[in-house]
Amino acid sequence: MNILVVGLNHKTATVEIREKIAFDGPKLGEAVNILKDSPGIKENIILSTCNRVEIYAGVNSSDSGTENIKNFIAGFHNVPREALDKALYIYEGQKAIKHVFRVASSLDSMMVGEPQILGQLKDAYDFALKSKSTGVYLNKLMKKAVSVAKRIRTETKIAENAVSISFAAVELAKKIFEDLSTKSFMLIGAGEMAELAAKNLINNGVRDVFITNRTYSRAEELAGEFDGKAIPFDDFVGKLLHTDIVICSTGAPDYILRKEQLHRIMKERKQRPMFIIDISVPRNIDPEINDLDNVYLYDVDDLKGIINTNIEERGREAAKAEKIVDVEVASFLKWQDSLAAVPAIIALRGKAEAIRKEELEKTLRKISPLEEEKIKAIEYLSASIVNKLIHAPTAALKTAEDDQDVMVDMAKRLFDLEPEENNGEKK
Amino acid sequence: MHIEINVLLFELALTFYFLATIAGIIEIFRGRKTTSGLALYLAVTGFLFHTANIISRYVEGGHIPVTNMHEATSFFSWCVLILFFFYEFRYKPGLLSSFIMPIVFILMFSSSIFPREIKTLSPALQSYWFGIHVILAFLGDAAFAMACGIGIMYLLQERYVKSKHLSGLFRKLPSLQVLDEINYHLITLGFPLLTFAMITGVIWANSAWGTYWRWDPKEVWSLITWLIYALVLHLRLAVGWRGRKAAILSIIGFIVVIFAFFGVTLILKGRHAFM
Repeated sequence: MNILVVGLNHKTATVEIREKIAFDGPKLGEAVNILKDSPGIKENIILSTCNRVEIYAGVNSSDSGTENIKNFIAGFHNVPREALDKALYIYEGQKAIKHVFRVASSLDSMMVGEPQILGQLKDAYDFALKSKSTGVYLNKLMKKAVSVAKRIRTETKIAENAVSISFAAVELAKKIFEDLSTKSFMLIGAGEMAELAAKNLINNGVRDVFITNRTYSRAEELAGEFDGKAIPFDDFVGKLLHTDIVICSTGAPDYILRKEQLHRIMKERKQRPMFIIDISVPRNIDPEINDLDNVYLYDVDDLKGIINTNIEERGREAAKAEKIVDVEVASFLKWQDSLAAVPAIIALRGKAEAIRKEELEKTLRKISPLEEEKIKAIEYLSASIVNKLIHAPTAALKTAEDDQDVMVDMAKRLFDLEPEENNGEKK
Repeated sequence: MHIEINVLLFELALTFYFLATIAGIIEIFRGRKTTSGLALYLAVTGFLFHTANIISRYVEGGHIPVTNMHEATSFFSWCVLILFFFYEFRYKPGLLSSFIMPIVFILMFSSSIFPREIKTLSPALQSYWFGIHVILAFLGDAAFAMACGIGIMYLLQERYVKSKHLSGLFRKLPSLQVLDEINYHLITLGFPLLTFAMITGVIWANSAWGTYWRWDPKEVWSLITWLIYALVLHLRLAVGWRGRKAAILSIIGFIVVIFAFFGVTLILKGRHAFM
């Protein structure tokens, strides 16, 4: 049995192709069942997310298996093979195992360390389990992949720090205010990044939300969207008295909030801290405001700087994670080897030989002294009996194809063969 | 015999505080986001020995053991630990042990330098006011010691947030708000304790010596300490000196407390001088 990965992801395929060959909704069940019934494909799992579509399969022959799966994808989604061949990557054996572990631990993701992929992989596996399309190999592979991903998450800092502006803003807000549920928030202006950050803060529970905009109707619109309160642009400075977190993103060519203004407000606020994020370019908040006590002003470059540091750190952590993956792949291969026929045959021969020698010695001790020639004859006799007896089982183990795992397992039980090592895992 | 057990218990406490301090410092430099809690366990172990030491001295001397510098400093650090455990369990602020255990250890280490004999309290001083006075005074000082440690943590964290370099301890230190809250909490705890300590001291002085106030150096410095913390509270409530300024003030305040504690006894002498 060979483990095979056939798939494409955000690096190898454009969105158009990924959309086309996605196995979403009812297509997934259909596809899993078709693969289950196709000859040569013993086990299969289909992982289909917006960034990747991958088929994990246990096949008898990698070459024909690959062909089968490629043809299946082309036929199922009605796409030309040439377009598919360019986008698809194929991994088998060790490389396939490594790939699955890397996917599970989000080392292969667009943003290294992102948490969704593991859940998506678990869902794909659950679906395959329900469809009864998996067996010994893929079951073990999936369980191992999940444990590898968890190990990496706890042993490295791969998923620790914010890597987007909006998450960085929330992380900072929590280090300034601890509990956001007693804090109020003001959005000045609009814009994609600002609105995303606003959404994130609101999801983290800020109490009051004020929205202001030079165009009042736009403020009202956003206030409706965020369940906040629209305030006229001319009043926003006064409202800062009751605002703890500000996100500013307007198209103003100059500062709309100056140090002296905020200095006065801070006095009136009895110096309760303020966190101000200025996403606008050019900047709308006087940068000198950061010099005021208890005011923390971050502009878009500051936030990008933090994110870049975090991304670099994830990169360093990813190197540690890759090492863990390599160790785990080795341990998986060991387990796989233990399922192959060869070790079983060796164990069987070893056991037979050990019995033969032991019994031979016992007998020779009883009937000695004996001439050299007779000893040789007895030895020959014992050897040929043993060889003839184990010939059939070893031959069967060697030639077994479809049901080799079963045969190996059976042989181990019938002849009471010691497992060499327990899958490289502690029990 | 008692003395020997005392010494042993004291040395054990000192050793565990030292280990807790080292564990706390290692915690600062460890890469992980979460703290291991080792420093806390070591501190608790040391605290148990320490408590046994204090009880044993209490039994031996028949009064709260604060009558010489060795006992007083040891009791001081014991009070700091009580407050440390309280805030550790209430707020679980990251790295608290890394900043408080060094203070505890330094106090305990200074205590180990002073002579250790158990003195009997002169009859003039034997009064229940003695117990109330010293417990209030030491807990008050302990609150100021904690406020100083918390203040240092605040200043560090504030520097990270202000300078926009979110590396190092930024993720492990508590949020500015929590640190500022604990700082405020400690000052509002320490100030009334100090106030009542002074009131009971005055009453006790009258019953022991017949005068309420004699401008003894310790009394003068206690008054200075009291005025400083009164100012800290006033500035905070009326002017809004919170955050960084409050943190700096609580560090300055504690320096004065330390001077009032060691300096007055060792340099200026007076009726509070323990030796």
